[in-house]
Amino acid sequence: MELTGAQSLIKSLEQQGVEVVFGLPGGAILPVYDPIIDSSIRHILVRHEQGAGHAAEGYAQATGRPGVAIVTSGPGATNVVTPLANAYMDSTPLVVVTGQVARSAIGSDAFQEVDITGITAGVTKHNWLVTDAADIPRVVAEAFHVATTGRPGPVLIDFPKDVANATTTWHEPGPIDLPGYSPPSTPDPAAIAAAADLLLAAERPVLYVGGGVLKAGASAALAELVELTGAPVVTTLMARGAFPDSDPRCLGMPGMHGNYTAVTAMQRSDVLVALGSRFDDRVTGKVDAFAPGAKVVHVDVDRAEIGKVRRPDVAVVADCRAAIEALVAVIRGRSGADAADPRRIAPWIALLNEWRHRFPLVYDAALEVPAGGSSLDGGPALKPQFVLEQLRDATPDDTVLVSGVGQHQMWATQFWAFDHPRTWVNSGGLGTMGFAVPAAIGAKVGRPDRMVWAVDGDGCFQMTAQELVTASAERIPVKIAILNNAYLGMVRQWQHMFYEERYSEVYLSPDLPDYVMWAEAMGCVGLRVTSPDEVRPAIDKANEIDDRPVVIDFRTDSMEQVYPMVPSGASNDDIVVHPSQQGLPR
Amino acid sequence: MSAQGASAGPGRVVPMPGSDARGGRRLRHHVVTLLVENKAGVLVRVAGLFARRGFNIFSLAVAPTHDPRFSRISIVVDVESAPLQQVVDQLDKLVNVVEIGELHPLAAREAELLLVTVSADAVSRSQVIQLAEVFGAKVVDVGADALTLRFASAPEALDDFEEVMRPYGIRELQRTGRIALPKLSREA
Repeated sequence: MELTGAQSLIKSLEQQGVEVVFGLPGGAILPVYDPIIDSSIRHILVRHEQGAGHAAEGYAQATGRPGVAIVTSGPGATNVVTPLANAYMDSTPLVVVTGQVARSAIGSDAFQEVDITGITAGVTKHNWLVTDAADIPRVVAEAFHVATTGRPGPVLIDFPKDVANATTTWHEPGPIDLPGYSPPSTPDPAAIAAAADLLLAAERPVLYVGGGVLKAGASAALAELVELTGAPVVTTLMARGAFPDSDPRCLGMPGMHGNYTAVTAMQRSDVLVALGSRFDDRVTGKVDAFAPGAKVVHVDVDRAEIGKVRRPDVAVVADCRAAIEALVAVIRGRSGADAADPRRIAPWIALLNEWRHRFPLVYDAALEVPAGGSSLDGGPALKPQFVLEQLRDATPDDTVLVSGVGQHQMWATQFWAFDHPRTWVNSGGLGTMGFAVPAAIGAKVGRPDRMVWAVDGDGCFQMTAQELVTASAERIPVKIAILNNAYLGMVRQWQHMFYEERYSEVYLSPDLPDYVMWAEAMGCVGLRVTSPDEVRPAIDKANEIDDRPVVIDFRTDSMEQVYPMVPSGASNDDIVVHPSQQGLPR
Repeated sequence: MSAQGASAGPGRVVPMPGSDARGGRRLRHHVVTLLVENKAGVLVRVAGLFARRGFNIFSLAVAPTHDPRFSRISIVVDVESAPLQQVVDQLDKLVNVVEIGELHPLAAREAELLLVTVSADAVSRSQVIQLAEVFGAKVVDVGADALTLRFASAPEALDDFEEVMRPYGIRELQRTGRIALPKLSREA
């Protein structure tokens, strides 16, 4: 069958099961946009290429399937670098196709030419420059294979315009032949047995669950492991929902803004079982002082994570699901004195419960609202945590919650209750402000059956809000809660705590822009909430709207800080709890 | 990290510390050998990874193998600046890297090639040629007042040779960077 390179690309994407791509056309990618008209693939036209990348990430995080974006060369390609870097840090499978100038023009500083394979080498698992139209089916198959296997991640295919226009004979891609790429398969039985020994002998075990558990679809296996051993679980920022918050054995999130019990449980543990987590600096605090008495089991599909930060006592290089299932099987096979006995760690659980009782997540609630009172006219301040609690309680428990980066992100992960995998979509490793709006669009496209709420900061919202035009045009009914505190809140918090309240370039204004008018201009329903008693009605109203996006401008208290906090570079033992809890015996 | 490493910054090619020290072998380097797919841009990926991760490269040698599909890259790594296992594990993640090995200098046969142009007037020429013969170096070019010599041997012998030639006036010098293969077992 004769077809053009562009047709071959689209056909290859269809064969990979791609249902939707996010993109924006331009000169070098023009040939690819012609066969899109005739394709089964839905194309969603974004307003900025960064939006295409983050939408593809949101799609991938919510569904587990690779997200696909198509952009043009030059600025189109450089605009997608941030999403690639974000996906690389968070191990999100992404396939990005960039247009490129014709092969004969490469290297000539042609119009809209950049060396995007060079630029993105450090933020992709791999990338390809297609130099022969006959290679297209093979390259696309390899790209999806690399993006989705092992530790998932973003890949990029750079596609010169003349290759797209060339005539080629279609042929099915053969079996994948990448001699230098072989993700680990089954876990080493000896390592699994050693891990079981450590875990069963532990008096103060903690399962330190990271994003690898979600990626591997290992939540059910993890639940079994917890059932067998009774070991408590912490879920990192990238793993929220991998184990239900409503389960009493879930201690919540560890790390810089983790809750006291999760952080301190790791510090005092004698066996720490890291499952698809990478000892990120935001989790460990000062590494030398992290979980000093713990023997470490480290399960990761990426061998390079083993020993990168903390040398483990037992290393298991494998997919988390395979490893946890093997661990469960070994533990089930133990009997008598060797058998798992959750009662043995009862004193540990009792201690954890005591901490939970003493140091719950709290905030200064000021909820008695005088009639007609609001934060604008001197009434009680609207607390961001209160908004999140109300939102949590007013939405279905399988709602997908998406967030930007900053204070609102930390409050969201703290005050939400995640009970299902893939219901939390955020930017963890890279910390990309502006992630929420486009990622929410991608998540809703991937999960049209779910309600999708984005919690965003006013600073974040201003970075990528234009994608709400995309959402309106494409009838993608996402809901955005802006926690508008008129500041770059997290930066303000650091200036408050570490720079003697010298606030430098963090004030944004609550009403410039006017978020409601802006939302309406973009085809959304815009609502404003200034007092606590308006919160629930506004959320209920937003929940009823299913034919267009909704934006709620919540005017929240600027003074609010995220607690607890482990100051940067400090030991987790020096966790700063909420002022009302300071001085309590630990 | 060495003083040189710190000043040169991550990922830079820095002088081999102790390269002028004779006698005791300096063992702070390892040779990492990579079998890579012979494709455009592979060297950039490898070198870029060193830069990104803050590892120092002492020297680098690249050439095709007997199989034209693959090339061999030999990289001398400062093991004090970089955790060797982490270097190897990160390199192994590159899709174009097919095989990776690291050689402790005591377990390797190492070799390097040097070309040097030495001032050699009528008075000193015979001395330079004599010294070259002692080392087993070859004269590959003769000028009015200089000689170009070629010397291939263990890297430490090259250090010695360089030092012996220095008093005569080194005008230009080029070394290839070391390559290595594992020592063979003599047990049957």
